[in-house]
Amino acid sequence: MSIYLLLFWEFFKIGMFAVGGAMSALPFIYDLAEKYNWYSVADATNMIAISESTPGPITINLASYVGYTVGGFPGSLIASLGVTLPPLILTVCICKFLQKYRKNPVVEDAFYGLRPAIAGMIAAIGLELIDISVLTNAGATVFERISWPSALLFAGLLAVILKFKKHPVLYIAVAAGLGIVFKF
Amino acid sequence: MDAKTFREIFTTFAKVGMLTFGGGYAMLPLLQKDVIEGKGWATEEEVMDYYAISQCQPGMMFVTISSYIGYNRFGTMGAVAATAGVVTPSVVIIMILAAFLREFLTYPLVEQAFAAVRIAAAALVISAVVKLVKKGVKDIPALVLCVVGFLLCAFGVIGVVPLILLSAVDGILLHTPQRRAAKAEEVGK
Repeated sequence: MSIYLLLFWEFFKIGMFAVGGAMSALPFIYDLAEKYNWYSVADATNMIAISESTPGPITINLASYVGYTVGGFPGSLIASLGVTLPPLILTVCICKFLQKYRKNPVVEDAFYGLRPAIAGMIAAIGLELIDISVLTNAGATVFERISWPSALLFAGLLAVILKFKKHPVLYIAVAAGLGIVFKF
Repeated sequence: MDAKTFREIFTTFAKVGMLTFGGGYAMLPLLQKDVIEGKGWATEEEVMDYYAISQCQPGMMFVTISSYIGYNRFGTMGAVAATAGVVTPSVVIIMILAAFLREFLTYPLVEQAFAAVRIAAAALVISAVVKLVKKGVKDIPALVLCVVGFLLCAFGVIGVVPLILLSAVDGILLHTPQRRAAKAEEVGK
């Protein structure tokens, strides 16, 4: 089979079966390394590191990176397309189905309960993001692990974000600049 | 859909994709600013609903959330435009890095900038939650659901899907009698 077809198919499967966030796609990436000898396991680790730090969906970053490694620019496009199609198709199908029930009062009540719970869950994700960005030192307790310059930057940024409500790009750019100036 | 609308959806979501660091939830501050407040393509409540459904289905949250919002106002082509927009910057950036800058992450300047950007991403998500809670959590039952959702999720007590199903059942149990009572009162008048 042509390598492009194979790439498309492998990433289509990842798009279809990787349930529960980008972390669930990682084992697939290691599997591919062993199955096809397209790249080494060390390459996979490096690709994952880059995919996690660049912006955008990690799974797309991975697909694009693996695709490029295997088949250059066309490989990159094809793997990305493969991994994107399943959730896109599934979501459009769900939308068509949801339209029928959207105005059902019981469904509305269910969503009434869901919204605050989701807000709470997003808060928990925020805590996780704080964990990986601010609690960066080694140690057992929170106080040992906290990086004080990072905590200061976090608190300062949060205060100005809440007060001025400017576009997020501004805060991201300011943070990047401060990161370089103060050597984070 | 005309080409102009397609382009508008595409570029709006491309901006979201380019500026989101760290998972589908980290999109929220950008969605609030550009899609909800800027374009008015969805309400805050609708986006919450999409997050809830996305949690329970396979596939990348970036793609599913963008598809729901695109579909909401513009149908299937809207979903396609939003999805294409949100993934394109990633594909392009990774292509450039893979082709020319494989050592990209080992440059100290890049490492330092990214370390601080991750902190900004965390602050942005927390501020998005503050906004959500201020707007969406108006009564005691909602506050309880929010706090319980947070605790269960933060301490990993139960999985995300059971948590969502439970809070949906809760919503029905809490709100349906309330709604019926309000309706009965209206009929009584």
